[in-house]
Amino acid sequence: MNLPTTIASTLLYLDGVSVSFDGFRAINNLSLTLDVGEMRAIIGPNGAGKTTMMDIITGKTRADEGEVFFDHGRVDLSTHDEADIATLGIGRKFQKPTVFESHTVEDNILLAMKGKRSAFASLFHRSSTEETKEITRILETVRLAGKRSALAANLSHGQKQWLEIGMLLAQDPKLLLVDEPVAGMTDAETEETARLLKHIAEDHSVIVVEHDMHFVRELGVKVTCLHEGSVLAEGPLEHVSADPRVIEVYLGR
Amino acid sequence: MILTRFFMGGFDRRITILIVLLLLLALLVPMLHLLMPPTSFFHVPTFMVALLGKYLTYALLALSLDLVWGYCGILSLGHGAFFALGGYAMGMYLMRQIGSRGSYGNAELPDFMVFLNWKELPWFWYGFDSFAFAMLMVMLVPGLLAFVFGWFAFRSRVTGVYLSIITQAMTYALMLAFFRNNMGFGGNNGLTDFKDILGFNVQAPETRMALFAASAVALCLGILVTSALVNSKYGKLMIGVRDSESRLRFLGYRPESIKLVAFTVSAVMAGVAGALYVPQVGIINPGEFEPGNSIEVVIWTAVGGRGTIVGPVIGALLVNAGKSWFTGVLPEFWLFALGGLFVFVTLFMPKGVVGVWASFKTRWRAKPPAEISQPAEAQT
Repeated sequence: MNLPTTIASTLLYLDGVSVSFDGFRAINNLSLTLDVGEMRAIIGPNGAGKTTMMDIITGKTRADEGEVFFDHGRVDLSTHDEADIATLGIGRKFQKPTVFESHTVEDNILLAMKGKRSAFASLFHRSSTEETKEITRILETVRLAGKRSALAANLSHGQKQWLEIGMLLAQDPKLLLVDEPVAGMTDAETEETARLLKHIAEDHSVIVVEHDMHFVRELGVKVTCLHEGSVLAEGPLEHVSADPRVIEVYLGR
Repeated sequence: MILTRFFMGGFDRRITILIVLLLLLALLVPMLHLLMPPTSFFHVPTFMVALLGKYLTYALLALSLDLVWGYCGILSLGHGAFFALGGYAMGMYLMRQIGSRGSYGNAELPDFMVFLNWKELPWFWYGFDSFAFAMLMVMLVPGLLAFVFGWFAFRSRVTGVYLSIITQAMTYALMLAFFRNNMGFGGNNGLTDFKDILGFNVQAPETRMALFAASAVALCLGILVTSALVNSKYGKLMIGVRDSESRLRFLGYRPESIKLVAFTVSAVMAGVAGALYVPQVGIINPGEFEPGNSIEVVIWTAVGGRGTIVGPVIGALLVNAGKSWFTGVLPEFWLFALGGLFVFVTLFMPKGVVGVWASFKTRWRAKPPAEISQPAEAQT
C-alpha cells in the first residue's frame, strides 16, 4: 500500500482497519487517507464495505482492529460515539434520504445548525437574525429557497437528498461523508448535485460513495475502488477504470 | 424572566381557548352545584362533580402520555404507574390525617398497620404528615422512577415495542409489589377511609368543589407546560426523535437525553394527576397499577388525536364519558366496545377526533364563495 503520507498532514487516517460480523469480514485490513480539503469518490461493488467504512468513521460500528484518526491524527475516532464525532466535525448523509419528515425545510436546517447540542440549551433557544440569514444562505446553496416552509415529507426524492446535504452544510463539518447522493435522481438532478458537491468541496473535505460512474466522472476527483473490504485501486478515474482488476470485479464487460 | 418567555412561547389561539374554557368550567361547575337549589335544572349533582373531576385528572394523565408518545414517539404502556405513585403519595398524606379516628383509634399508626401488628411507622412513611412534603413526593417519586428507568432504557437504546413491553412490565411489577401486605402500603385494600385534607373534610361539598377546581387548574398548568415544551426548539428535537432518531444522533444530538427530559416531565405530570384523583375518588389501591389501565390511557390519547395538545384532553373526556354511560347500560360489553373503538380509530381516524375536525375544516375552507376568485399568489 502507498502510505508515505505522514499522519499529521491528513484529515482522515485509516490504517489496517478490520471488522467482521458473525465471521464475515466486512472490512479487511483497510488503509485510506484523506488530505485536508480533498474530495474523494469511493466506488466498488455491493458488499465491498463502503457503508461499513462510513459506519466506522462515524462511530456507529467499532473496528475490531486498526487505527482511525481524524484531524491531523489528533482525534482517535474509535474512542468516541456518534454524537461526539458529529460534534467533532464529521457530517454524514445516508444512502436513503433521512430528514425530519414532519418538520418544515427551514426547521430541518435549524436543527442541523451548528450550536449547543444539550437538551437544556434547546429549551431556551431563541432564533436570531443571523441564524435566519444563515438558513437562507444554505437553502439557496442547495436549491431549496422556494421550499422554505414546505413540510419535508412533501419534497420529492431528489429534493430530500438536497435537504439532507443542506443539513450537513448547516452542521459546518470539516468532513462530509455522502453516501450515494444521486441514487434515484433524474439526470438533470444528478448534474445539479455534481455541481452542488463541487461547490461544497471548495471549502470542505468530502468523501462521496457512488455507483453512478457518469456522476463520478463529472466530479473529476481521485477515486478509490474498494473490494471485499480493502482498497483495490486508487488514483485518477482513468487510471482506476483502466485497472484490469477493477474491470473484473466492478465495471464488468 | 427567561421562564416567562419560555411559557409565553407556548401560547396560541387554540391553547388560549382551551385554557379559558377549562377555567370557566372550574368556576361554573362548583357555582352551579353550591348556589343552585337541588331541584333546579341547572343544579350539578355531587356525583357529577366527582365524575367530572375524575375526568379532568384523566385528561392530565392522557396529556402526559401524549408528551412522550405523540411528540417523542415513546409508546409508554406503563404511564398508569406514575399516576398511581402520585396517588399513593397523596393517599399516604390523607392516611396520616386520619390520626386517631381510625377503627382502631391508634394515633400513631394507620389501621392496616395495626391490623398487621406493626409496632412503629416504617421509615418511608415519615414526613407524610406534612402536606408540603407529600406534594413534593407526588412529583419526586414518579419523576425519579422515570428518570432512573429512562436513564437505563434510553442509554441502552431500547426503542419501539421493546420499550413498550418494559414499561408494561414496570407497572405490572409495581402492582405485584404493592399487592403485598408487608410492602407497607395497605396491600390489596390500598389506602382509603380518608377524613381530612388540609383540615377540611374530604366529603364536604366545598372541599369537593375546591378539588374539582384544583384539577382544572392543574390541567391548565399541564397544558401550558406541554405547549411551552413542544413549541420550543426542544419540541422540534422531540419530533426529530420521533421521526428519525439516527439522523438526530449523526447531527450531534443525544436522543437519549431528549427522551429522558420528556419522560421525566411527563411522569411528574402523571403523578400530579394521580394525586388529584385520589381524594376525589376516596381510594387508591394496587389495581391502579393494572397494565390495562395504562393501555386505556393510550386509547384515550389515540381517540383524541396524538401529537396535539387539545387531542388527549378531548379523548380522555369523550372516552370516559362514554365509559360511564356504557358501563351503566351494557356493563359486560364495555371492554369489547373499547377494543373496537381502538381498532376503529387506528384504521379510520389515525389522527383522532382532532384530525377529523382539522380535515373537515380544511375541506370547508377549500370551497370559497364563487364570486371571490383570488389570483394565484406567487410562491413566497
